Amino acid sequence: MSEQVTYRDAVGAAIRDAMTADDRVFIMGEDVGRYGGTYAVTKGMIEDFGEDRVRDTPLSESGFTGAGIGAALGGMKPIVEIMTVNFSLLALDQILNTAATFRHMSGGQLNIPVVIRISTGAGRQLAAQHSHSLENWYAHIPGLKVLAPATVQDAYAMLRPALEDPDPVVIFEHVMLYGRTEALDKEATVDLSSAAVRRNGSDISLITYGGSLYKTLEAAEKLAEDGISAEVIDLRVLRPLDDATILKSVGKTRRAVIVDEGWKTGSLAAEVSARIMEGGFWSLDAPVGRVCSAEVPIPYPKHLEDAALPQVDRIIAAAKLALGR
Amino acid sequence: MSAKDKDLRPHLTRDHCLDLMRNMLRIRRFEEKAAELYTQEKIRGFLHLYIGEEAVATGVMQTLTPEDAIVATYREHGHALVRGVPMTGVMAEMYGKSGGVSKGRGGSMHIFSAEHRFYGGNAIVGGGLPLAVGLALADKMQNRPNVTVCFFGEGAAAEGEFHESLNLAALWQLPVLFVCENNLYAMGTALARSESETDIHAKAASYKITSEAVDGMNVVDVEAAARRAVAAVRDGKGPYFLECRTYRFRAHSMFDPQLYRSKDEVTEWEEKGPIRRFSDWVTKSGLLHADDIEAIEADIAKEVEDAVAFAEASPWEEVETLLEDVGAAS
Repeated sequence: MSEQVTYRDAVGAAIRDAMTADDRVFIMGEDVGRYGGTYAVTKGMIEDFGEDRVRDTPLSESGFTGAGIGAALGGMKPIVEIMTVNFSLLALDQILNTAATFRHMSGGQLNIPVVIRISTGAGRQLAAQHSHSLENWYAHIPGLKVLAPATVQDAYAMLRPALEDPDPVVIFEHVMLYGRTEALDKEATVDLSSAAVRRNGSDISLITYGGSLYKTLEAAEKLAEDGISAEVIDLRVLRPLDDATILKSVGKTRRAVIVDEGWKTGSLAAEVSARIMEGGFWSLDAPVGRVCSAEVPIPYPKHLEDAALPQVDRIIAAAKLALGR
Repeated sequence: MSAKDKDLRPHLTRDHCLDLMRNMLRIRRFEEKAAELYTQEKIRGFLHLYIGEEAVATGVMQTLTPEDAIVATYREHGHALVRGVPMTGVMAEMYGKSGGVSKGRGGSMHIFSAEHRFYGGNAIVGGGLPLAVGLALADKMQNRPNVTVCFFGEGAAAEGEFHESLNLAALWQLPVLFVCENNLYAMGTALARSESETDIHAKAASYKITSEAVDGMNVVDVEAAARRAVAAVRDGKGPYFLECRTYRFRAHSMFDPQLYRSKDEVTEWEEKGPIRRFSDWVTKSGLLHADDIEAIEADIAKEVEDAVAFAEASPWEEVETLLEDVGAAS
């Protein structure tokens, strides 16, 4: 049974269903309660579940993220919402030094089943301090799983296995996706290890994740008009990366362009490119291309923000370059 | 003093005095051995000794049940030992051996024991406070009558996590006992060089947390204060803050040349050291005899010797296990 819902409502429904199914699940974060969530994901939840389980926090990112981690250690299943990825930097100590580290540092005695949801990305003219894509910072850290659901279906379905995971899971939700409406089948399941092939093609692999997926799919449609068959891979699990799906696709198409809203230097695109070199170099017919954000703090005016981010025309140009067309 | 307050005083029976003495001496002798082993390069990395501060962990820990949780710092050997984590496992951990409590993965700064609800062993100053708040939140949400005790140094009071955590614990009325081990120096920076308000327990009071300062060199005073504090926390009265004023006799770590304090200052504090003071008092008052203390010393010498033998005999983890325990085995 599928229904048409927004990404925002899909995330909200996933949280509600999880809280209904398991008393240990609760959500905490800035403005999740009375305000109804910065992106309205948790709207109305405090009325239905009460303020203990829809827990407003002070503006103390390190404190409340650490408290969520501690509550997970104490047997709860917390969902910590961090309003934006830039604020998450204030909680990075807890995420890196506690959540990601305790299992190993304790010789496997302890585990931290916390889920941390973070909104990410640019496109709303929020300027340099509210427009980052720092997913790769988190994807760098052993001990974390990092997800970037781009579809309504994944936004709903990835939360359950994330909550069932005995270890910390960070979920990035791109701010430009909350308003998208797509079909949702609540019964369909997803694992936390597989990339998804969103479009089949034979000439080139366009590899992306999160908010760049729809730009990439649009570029693929336009390339088709020029007779170029592009395969689109949605990484959706940023750690651990699904090398097999990436290499299988590149083995078939022999060309790849990676589309990543992060800054180019030290980007996730760089990591994927390196893995293609390591695992698929001999099947390549062209250098791996990258379409990333320009190396600049994201500017406020619309035309400059657009110029800084990956866009459909740049993806098309990069694909054509790889194809020598 | 009400009848209830009287119940909260430590009962200084002979057995209890033996127990306090044993706990403090176990820490002291264990760490003296650890320092020696460090010079022999058996223990590497950072080694932070608790010598001089034994009364704090010993006094506070008397008041806890096995279900209570403990969060400590990188200076936590003493806390682990008093909590009942076996000395063998702690010593082997410091060797980095397979028989260590954390299979050698953590070392001196990261002693953990899930069985004892002993949650480290945290080398990020202030990093344990949010964790303690969360453990207490879990207990409160699951209606368990447990207390989480969070030990940290006065240096942590300069961290944002200290203030965030105190606020959260007070706001949500969580069962946390914050124990500040104020040894006057954050590594080599004296309190007055880093804090505009040097009265640490006053900071807690500003978050509406019941707060008191206690002589951290007197194990009986610490225990008495901790009994009051734990009773209040367990009674659902929200968090409590104890500032234990103490002193570290040894260097911050084995790399520290101690340029920031005088030998006279250290000597002065050593004269009011917790073991010396308690030992004088219990013998003068006739509660214990010199023979009792000698017997304890003999037991501990044997225990330390056994712990070293255990650590020496314990194998190293196989290199093939390097990537284990990063995530759940799939």
